[in-house]
Amino acid sequence: MRGTSEIVIHAKDLTRTFGSFIAVDHITFDVHAGEVFGFLGANGAGKTTAIRMLIGLLAPSSGEAFVAGHDVYTESELIKRDIGYMSQRFSLYDDLTVRENIRLYGGIYDLTGKEIRERTDRMLTRLGLEDAANDLVRSIPLGWKQKLAFSVALLHQPRIVFLDEPTGGVDPITRRQFWELIYETAAAGTTVLVTTHYMDEAEYCDNISIMVAGKIAAFGAPSELKKEYCVDSIDEVFVRLARPAENEAAQADA
Amino acid sequence: MSSTGGVVVVDAVVKRFGEVSAVDGISFDVAQGELFGLIGPDGAGKTTLFRVLTTLLVPDNGSARVLGCDVVKDLWAIRRRVGYMPGRFSLYPDLTVLENLRFFASVFGTTIEKEYKQIDAIYSQLEPFNDRRAGDLSGGMKQKLALCCALVHRPDVLFLDEPTTGVDAVSRRDFWDLLARLKASGLTILVSTPYMDEADRCDRIALMQKGKILALDTPAAITAAFDRPLFAVRAADRYQALLTLRANVHAHSVFPFGDVLHYTDTRTNADAATIERSITSLLAAKGFMDVSVAQIPATIEDTFMARMGAPESRTAA
Repeated sequence: MRGTSEIVIHAKDLTRTFGSFIAVDHITFDVHAGEVFGFLGANGAGKTTAIRMLIGLLAPSSGEAFVAGHDVYTESELIKRDIGYMSQRFSLYDDLTVRENIRLYGGIYDLTGKEIRERTDRMLTRLGLEDAANDLVRSIPLGWKQKLAFSVALLHQPRIVFLDEPTGGVDPITRRQFWELIYETAAAGTTVLVTTHYMDEAEYCDNISIMVAGKIAAFGAPSELKKEYCVDSIDEVFVRLARPAENEAAQADA
Repeated sequence: MSSTGGVVVVDAVVKRFGEVSAVDGISFDVAQGELFGLIGPDGAGKTTLFRVLTTLLVPDNGSARVLGCDVVKDLWAIRRRVGYMPGRFSLYPDLTVLENLRFFASVFGTTIEKEYKQIDAIYSQLEPFNDRRAGDLSGGMKQKLALCCALVHRPDVLFLDEPTTGVDAVSRRDFWDLLARLKASGLTILVSTPYMDEADRCDRIALMQKGKILALDTPAAITAAFDRPLFAVRAADRYQALLTLRANVHAHSVFPFGDVLHYTDTRTNADAATIERSITSLLAAKGFMDVSVAQIPATIEDTFMARMGAPESRTAA
């Protein structure tokens, strides 16, 4: 079990409403430094809204949350400096080269020219991308793009990195290589919060939460949750929790 | 009808985009009433192949027949008789559920009322949301509406391109339950997916990568053909155990798989018990406590990884 006693994400009764709809309903949880935390839930369960609050893009309606020690209500700019973010859909500019993308993000995060050059070289070596440094990102395989996007999200050495479905669409070996990068990152002390629809990936996490209809329906280490629900996989835990809450599924006559 | 009698007959089809062969000499047949899965990651050629079979792309080489009609010469005959659900959400987000369905019915010169029996099983789940804009539906419901729209003209073959991608595990199960019902009604279905765990829901599957078929058979036959004893290794510190096993000179492959590691050995003539003892004592010697090692049957994903060769990345990880 990785993770230390230091709490880097703290949420208490965190809530967000849109009109009469409660997207996130009093969620309370802590994530410790150096932990790989799996943030799971069905489509529409409130994951994205919760993450947007934690990364300082959306103000909560009520409750409290601190990320890297900063208050999400008043210190969202400080939060953004201390976190990295990688989404499946948009992370890198296709029309820029690999090197240009890294330089762009380095500039955005106020790194010096020297820092950018040093970190770029180290990153390209580590990823085995030296030969592709001047290739347009559009032209490199999806698996490389994902590893590059992850590394770019770590360029400014954030304390926490948020990964939103980082492994969609790649082959199973590349997917596992990506997880080894996650392990390395966590072993080096960076906290990783990750969402995924691959239930086997949930098992790779130190702790997970499963959101159902805006609430955290389950929280803990995968092995404990499996024991608690007397099942063999997180997939089964997920199905048990998520199915009854799906209003739409309840109307299915299947 | 074609000589082999398959509902879909694909013969050495090639489709290039510039220098890339998106589909690189693929052949297979799909029989009447079969649920056939194309399984592979992005870039495998699944979407291109579906576009060729639904007459939206002309192959550069090879030929294909759908319901006995040639995909190049008889495109109109094919278009009337197939249902196609593209990978990207293809409905009108500003139209309601009912309006979308009416629109697709009218394009094919029919009405919802006439076809109700065909779509009943799925439409009954959508009907309560008739007046909701399609753009406001949840992911799982969007997929059901798209499926309904692809079925409303009573097609003889259904092509579903990654209907479950990005959909949560529960909605995915529901969707496959629907497909099983459609299959039971006699419909021939071709479906593509990047999720290896969905393979077991198909009668036969083609594992695809980079435009080629790696394996084609029933899911059971494909996993049975896995050519080495496979072991599940359980250890408290999975990542360190993985690095330790990978450093072992006899390791052939070591991969994380959910809460265990999957291990194969290079010693092909050693029996399973010997390998089991050898890796147990190796891990014990390195200080791993409470290690368990058990021989297990291979999954589709194990088979895919064994057959795919080098992954797309240069990184050895």
